[in-house]
Amino acid sequence: MTSHSFHAPNLASSLVRMEAVSKTFANGTLALDNVSLTLEQGEFLSLLGPSGCGKSTILRLLAGLERPSTGTISWHDETAHASLGYVFQEPTLMPWASVWANVYLPLRVKGISPRHAQNDIANALGLVGLSGFEQALPRELSGGMRMRVSIARAMVMKPKILLMDEPFAALDEITRLRLNNDLLNLTTQSQTSVVFVTHSVYESVYLSTRIAVMSPRPGRMIDIINIPPAPRTDEFRLSPLYLENCQRASHALQSAMTQGSEGLR
Amino acid sequence: MNRFMRHLRQSALSISVFIGLLVIWEIVVRVNHIPAYILPSPSLIYTTLIADSSVLMSALWVTLRITLSALIASIIGGVSLAIIFTQWRWIERAFFPIAVILQVTPIIAIAPLLLIYLEPQTAVLACAFLVSFFPILANTAFGLASTDRHLNDLLSLYGASRWQILLYLRLPTALPSFLAGVRIGGGLSLIGAIVAEIAAGSAGQGAGLAFRIVEAGFRLNIPRMFAALTLISFTGIFIYACLHFLSWLILHRWHESAHTQDL
Repeated sequence: MTSHSFHAPNLASSLVRMEAVSKTFANGTLALDNVSLTLEQGEFLSLLGPSGCGKSTILRLLAGLERPSTGTISWHDETAHASLGYVFQEPTLMPWASVWANVYLPLRVKGISPRHAQNDIANALGLVGLSGFEQALPRELSGGMRMRVSIARAMVMKPKILLMDEPFAALDEITRLRLNNDLLNLTTQSQTSVVFVTHSVYESVYLSTRIAVMSPRPGRMIDIINIPPAPRTDEFRLSPLYLENCQRASHALQSAMTQGSEGLR
Repeated sequence: MNRFMRHLRQSALSISVFIGLLVIWEIVVRVNHIPAYILPSPSLIYTTLIADSSVLMSALWVTLRITLSALIASIIGGVSLAIIFTQWRWIERAFFPIAVILQVTPIIAIAPLLLIYLEPQTAVLACAFLVSFFPILANTAFGLASTDRHLNDLLSLYGASRWQILLYLRLPTALPSFLAGVRIGGGLSLIGAIVAEIAAGSAGQGAGLAFRIVEAGFRLNIPRMFAALTLISFTGIFIYACLHFLSWLILHRWHESAHTQDL
């Protein structure tokens, strides 16, 4: 495995800042309560929390698919804002379209001709290791490969920020580990910042430079864990650093759960 | 090839049952000396079909032409209206009830009215159109509304316009239900054409198959009635098979429905 270098977050290069954001849905559910969060250039931020804690809502707010009820989201980097990549839990591919056409979709929306898109699509497919599968249809691919197509589609716009909503939750363990490594490789290579929603402690510690632990609904920030830089290899999974942080994250998660239940009045 | 053998065995079964029934019919008629003006034997129907083919075939052509024109008109009208309905919800709220009223009112009751207002040919076409239009409209509208929520989100994230979402996402998503609507509409437009022809009862150069049935009934030419009936059945089967094949051709590469049903 290749190693990954990690830089300490530099405050001067923050991309987006959420300040005191709350979200109440039309049915009255309070999904997020007073959440503040800054995303730095080049960091891999995981949002770790139990199901239904509003992790996905944060992604949808960042993507502009929802508006905050109170609080502000300020973008410090407009190019990052304009070219977000989004990966869902399901691959959400168009079943009638080939791999190539699926990856072409974002470019097609922007009015880029197939001929001009050719290079970017080839690069994106190369990035996820799917060169040669251009003409395959989604139903002919395995679950892991479909997810790779979904990542290629998100990367084809060369986003500065990649938003990922539990992308590997539905995959088997071996595929998931391989995709973890490949994701780290491609995001460090392309210097993409990632906001990664997960409920897996191990996955978040392995991938992240920073973990935000959240409480059950209404979602609040409970703890921020900075993971010191270290090459992510198979040995890393056995290192004391990894185990230590896993323990810390799962403690934080546990206290989040109890705080959450105390929060229910 | 195992599947092919099973398929063959299944069709062999249904074909032999069908032939068996024809043989029993033939025997019953012959043994009991049932006169042809009450129940003609299958062999007599067959010879009538051959002998009267010039009359029947030109009548078939008339009916077929009306059926297909009505189907094409329903496809164009149904799909356009479905698109208008999904793009402007208030138009749907305003006009959908009218579409339902036209659908639930039996066509046989509307036909005499249409015959007063329109030329017989046009009235028959209008009836066939009215019955086949609704299933295509309803199925297409349903398909256009069943887009994947996340894909929809993704397209809005990339700043797609409403028309881009329609073109890239809604129309392809609607294709399977649209084709289901066309399969239903194809059968119904034949029924609509036949019903309207019977109501019209007009002779002359534009007489369709249903009129030939009515006419043969007046003349007690029962074998010809059966021959015309046979032609109508085969036409229905033919239309169904064609549309089924078309749907398989378009969908079989990616849609689940085309994998569970072998042609």
